[in-house]
Parts: sequence; structure tokens; C-alpha cells
Amino acid sequence: MNTNDVLFGVLPYVAVTLAIVVGVVRWRRAPFTVSSLSSQLLESRKLYWGSISFHWGLTIILLGHLLALIVPRGFELWNGEPVRLYLLELTGLALGLWAAFGITILIIRRHTSARVRRVTSPMDVVVLLVIATQIVSGIWIAVGYRWGSYWGTGVFVPYVRSLLWFQPEPDYVDPLPLVLKIHVLAFFAFLAVFPFSRLIHIITLPLQYLFRPWQKVIANREPPAAEYVSNNPRTKQLQ
Amino acid sequence: MRVRAQMSMLFHLDKCIGCHTCSVACKNLWTDRDGAEYMWWNNVETRPGTGYPTGWEDQEHYKGGWHRDKKGRLKLILHSKGGGVAKAFYNPALPELDDYYDPFTFKYGDLFSAPPSEQQPTAIPISKITGEPVEISSGPNWDDDLGGSDLYARNDPSMDGVDDVVRAQMEEIERVVFNYLPRICNHCLNPSCLAACPSGAIYKRDEDGVVLVNEDKCRGWRMCVSGCPYKKVYYNWNSGKSEKCILCFPRLETGQAPACAHSCVGRIRYMGVLLYDADKIATSAALPDDELLDAQLDMILDPSDPQVIAAAKAAGIDPGWIDSAQRSPIYKFVKEWGMAFPLHPEYRTEAMMFYVPPLSPVMSTIEQNFVKLDIPDERRDFELLEELDKARMPLEYLANLFTVGDSDRIRRVLRIMLAVRTYKRRQSVDGVIDETTIALLDDVGITENMAEAIYSMTTTPTVQDRFVLPPYHREMSLEDVGDPLTAKGETGFGFLQSPRRGA
Repeated sequence: MNTNDVLFGVLPYVAVTLAIVVGVVRWRRAPFTVSSLSSQLLESRKLYWGSISFHWGLTIILLGHLLALIVPRGFELWNGEPVRLYLLELTGLALGLWAAFGITILIIRRHTSARVRRVTSPMDVVVLLVIATQIVSGIWIAVGYRWGSYWGTGVFVPYVRSLLWFQPEPDYVDPLPLVLKIHVLAFFAFLAVFPFSRLIHIITLPLQYLFRPWQKVIANREPPAAEYVSNNPRTKQLQ
Repeated sequence: MRVRAQMSMLFHLDKCIGCHTCSVACKNLWTDRDGAEYMWWNNVETRPGTGYPTGWEDQEHYKGGWHRDKKGRLKLILHSKGGGVAKAFYNPALPELDDYYDPFTFKYGDLFSAPPSEQQPTAIPISKITGEPVEISSGPNWDDDLGGSDLYARNDPSMDGVDDVVRAQMEEIERVVFNYLPRICNHCLNPSCLAACPSGAIYKRDEDGVVLVNEDKCRGWRMCVSGCPYKKVYYNWNSGKSEKCILCFPRLETGQAPACAHSCVGRIRYMGVLLYDADKIATSAALPDDELLDAQLDMILDPSDPQVIAAAKAAGIDPGWIDSAQRSPIYKFVKEWGMAFPLHPEYRTEAMMFYVPPLSPVMSTIEQNFVKLDIPDERRDFELLEELDKARMPLEYLANLFTVGDSDRIRRVLRIMLAVRTYKRRQSVDGVIDETTIALLDDVGITENMAEAIYSMTTTPTVQDRFVLPPYHREMSLEDVGDPLTAKGETGFGFLQSPRRGA
């Protein structure tokens, strides 16, 4: 087993295991620590420019990667026409640059605002470094190794699928240029850091809000009290 | 009819002396921590003024509360549900720390460690957040007592609608007027903080209506801070969670009044149970502005009505609570005497803390260097009664605070208070109550018995009169969440984690 096998055959499993096991344990045992840890109260103006660009840019790009993984055939068909390929690549690059613009502002903000520095933990720095690496390498690939949405389906999709079927084929990645390897490794680092850092707020995206009633009243016991049998822990949500 | 109980507080503003003892009691008990130092779950602001946080009533800016859309539906001003999720990355309506104030302390250590010198050492102010020296430009109660000031009083959002002439008069130094407005969380029946919370961390307790944030479920989206029109939910920048007034429920559960009420020097605060009809919440909050106040007061049920008692029992409300509701001083002030209103009912959150509006001296004029009241001498005894429009605190202003702009309702309450005063003065000074005085009571719509009751509840109430606290039956609540015997020998909390900030 060479270095490549360890980095691209073993590390992904370690990262995913960490993300799931530690994530679940933290969610259940220390829910108080799970928060977006917003610092908007302390500094708002730079956050406006940084946070919105960073989050939206990154989220859409991530969804694009995921889509390529799920329907690689669709990407291939779409890219059959050069114009559409250019359009897709340009969109990807623009989103990457948008996210890069965002994270640059966020890094400057963490550095320059004394109030924000007060709430910056070492883990926050790690998170910023990992994601910055991810974004920079991504842009580099988009510019230096163009048409990734075209060749990616042939290189990365089989690799990620081999991981998903538990028959890792790290050899797919071995001959690739260094910057592509870094891009992949940074994602594994992202997964590994996820449960230990504020990144855990990703899974708290409050989609359930769309479906809940406006008001919420919680009672210890169901009325009428007279018919209630004790020792039966029931919590009823009214209204 | 779906009967629910609500622990409610009443503030008799005519008695508030603005000493801030309530604020300090609350601060010492609950918010003396990192990240909470800027929070005042209980604050007392000078009105007219901009309040805390600055200009909190300006909902065009802060987007708190509900509004009635063109089709007559109730909508959050802040966002739709989809909008709430979409704004997760940045909340455009969040107050900044400087809207409250930059919390500071002084570098007291310097007083001891300074080298010997000609001058006395000084303790310089430093930020409680960054620890760096700060130029203090605002602080808790920075606008205290600045009733006529350009900076504060003039910018009070509730001064809108007050006549320009009256406003100009209020800015003259001889006529400056202010009173105090103590504020805690209103523990609303239709809380907009709760509705705005994407995580579903906020909830209203069924047993006493206290609105709480579940700190384990809060994810720090801060929509509650924006959603509350009273700005009474605060974001703890250190823990990354939102916090708010909990109506001192651990004290209530052990039969004690909340710390703010208990420590009140002027004894302006009253606590008691109100029974209300929860079926009416949604409809009454969606009515047009001029019907809002009546609709809210109509929801409060008569706890002595046999039908209400039966419905309350059917809803599982403890007989001790019903008994407590029957003796509630809040019910007397709000319903029996009609003397108290919620703060800003037009926010449609159905606030459940009530206020008796304050009297103020009559406007005076200066003639030949003597201050002269604008009242004929022969009618001095009845003072303001017919001249309330000359009260220094304009009725329109009080109406903007408490009655959605209806100054007649404010006038009615102030007339009752003045009539009770005149009645008691005749009784204790003259020893006789003449027919004019009885006619006066008639005129303002109260009986002699009521006058006596209002007098004793206002002036000479005991602690038991002011705080009619219901039995919480914690022993029964314990049974609800588990077998009490399994908890034998435990500390009672099961487990405790220190509220440490996540990484």
C-alpha cells in the first residue's frame, strides 16, 4: 500500500466515519454546542458582503458536484454542444470566484475586527484554511485544467463510485496533477473537521421550518389531568 | 372555548420612580455572564425617548411583530417561511451591538499596579468584549431622565401622531416631561419571536404561558431577535444562542415572585393568573387596528363565571390556579376596573404584561415670573379632571404606547385615578364625602366600593395582595417526566453541562 492508497483509499473512509460517528455523538450528547455561532451582532457590514457570497457560491457549487455524481450521463449529454459546455464551465467559475470573494472578506473580517477576533477559536482558523484551499484549488482547476465538467465524469465519478461501493480504486486518482489531488484531499479534510467545528451547523439548515405551524405550545401532560396516568412520560405538542 | 392560564405582570406606571432596582436584580440573577453583559431582560426606559435598543419601536427598521395584509391575513413583518430559510446566511433586520451599547468595564487593576507618581492613577474604560480601551459613547440607561432632549425624546417613534404644537411645547425647558417605562418580555399569546424561529427552539409553556428558548435546539439563526417587536430576545455572542426573560419561572415554581417584581422599590408591580380563550388567538390578532385592543381584552375570561370554571377544569387547569385567577390583581386592574393596557397592541403579538398609564402634572404658564396653573382657582380641587388635555404628558403619546392611538381610553383611566384621589382626599381631609364627589365617581363610571378597592390596591397593598401566585405543583410535574423514585438521591436536575461555546 503506497501513499496514494492511504490518501485516497483509506482516508476517505476515516473522514466519513469521523463525520458521522462524532457528528451523531455531538448532536445527541452536547446539543448546546451545535450552533451557527453567528458573529453578526458584533460586526454586520463586512459579514453582509462576505457571508452571502461565500455561502451561496459554495452551496450551489457543491450541489453541482453532487449532481455530476448522481447523473454523469446527463452532464455528458448537456456538454455535447460546445456552447452549453462553455456556459456550464463559466457558471462554475463565476460561482467559484463569488465564493472566493466571500471567503476573502470573511478572512479579512476575522483578522481586522477586534470584536470578531474575540469569538474566533483555533478551529475557526482551521475551517477557513480548509475551505480556502478547497476554493482556490477549485478555481485553479477550472482555469488550468479546463472543461472539468467534461472530463470529470470519466475520472472522478468512477473513483467516487468505487468508494461508495466499498471497493476503493485509488488508482483513478494516482496519475492526476497535484492540484486535483489537493482539491480532493481538502474535501476529505472538510469532512473530518466537520463534526469538531462549527461546520456542524450545515446539517441544522432549518428546512423543517417550512412545514411547522406558526405557534408552538408545549404541555407536560395531556388534558384532562384527572385521567392522566403518572409515570408515563408524554409530551404533547398543542396547536 | 379552550381555556389556558397565563402568568401575567402589571406595571402601575403612576408609581414607578425609575430607580432601576428591577433591572439590577435581574442582571445579577440572570445576565451577569460573558456574552450576556449587554442584555437587560428587564430594563427601564425614560419616555419620551428612544429606549433600548435604540429606536426599538421603529418596525420599518427592525421588522418586528405581525401585520395584517391586504386580504386581512396575519403575516410576520420579518419574513415568510421560505424567506426565513433563505435569509439563514445573513439576517438583514438584526440589531447590531451598538444599537444596544458596547459593554464596558474599568481597568481597576491599574489602580493597584500603577507605579508611584505625582498623579492619582485612573482606571480607564475597556470593552468587555475585546478588553481594549474604549471611548464610551453609550451605555445602559444612557438616556436616563433626558425627557426633553434633542437626541432622545425628539426621536421617539411613538411621538408620531402627537400634535406639532404639543411637541414644540414639550421641548421647552419649562415643560419638559418624562415618565418611566419598565419593560420585560411580554410573554405574548401570539409571540412573533416564536413564529420567526426557524429551528423551532422557542415555545410557550402550556401551564403558565411563559415563552422560553430551548438552548439545546437553538442554532443561532437570530430570527427571534428581529421577529420580536419589543426586542426582548437577545443573541448571546459568546454561546451562539438566543436568550430572553424567563419570567423567573424557577422562582414562580417555588412560590416566589420574579426578581424584578419582588425587588421593586415603588411596589409598582403586580403578578397574577389570567385565564384566556386560546381559540380566539388567531382571529383576534388579525383584526383591523382599531379593534385589536378590545379583541385582546375580550379573550381574557372571567374566572368566577361557572362556565369558564367548568371549561378550565376540563382543560386540566388545577383548581388552585382557578382560585388564584379569581384573586388575581391583574384581572382586577385589566378587566374589572379597565385601567390597564398592554404595550403596543398594534404589534399583534397579544402582549400579556399590562400597564396602568401615568398621571402627569398639568401644564403651567409663566406670568410675571410666577408659575401659574392653567386652571381657574375655584376648580383647583378637581384639577386635571376636565383639563386632561393640558396634562404635561400628552394623552396622544400615551395612546400611541398603549391603546393604538385611542386617547379617550387613556383619558378614561386617568380620570378614574384622579376621581379616586379626590374621593380619598375628601374622606381623609374633610372627613365628609359630599354629593359633588359622589357625582364625580359616577361621572367616571366607578362606585364607592370600587374607589376604595382601587385605592387600597394602588396605595396600600401587601405583598400577598400584589403577588397572587398559583401553586405550581412541581411534585406532579416531576411525575410527568419520570418516576420520582428513580430520581431519589439525585440532585434533581439529572445532568448538567456547562454552557460552553461550541467550536
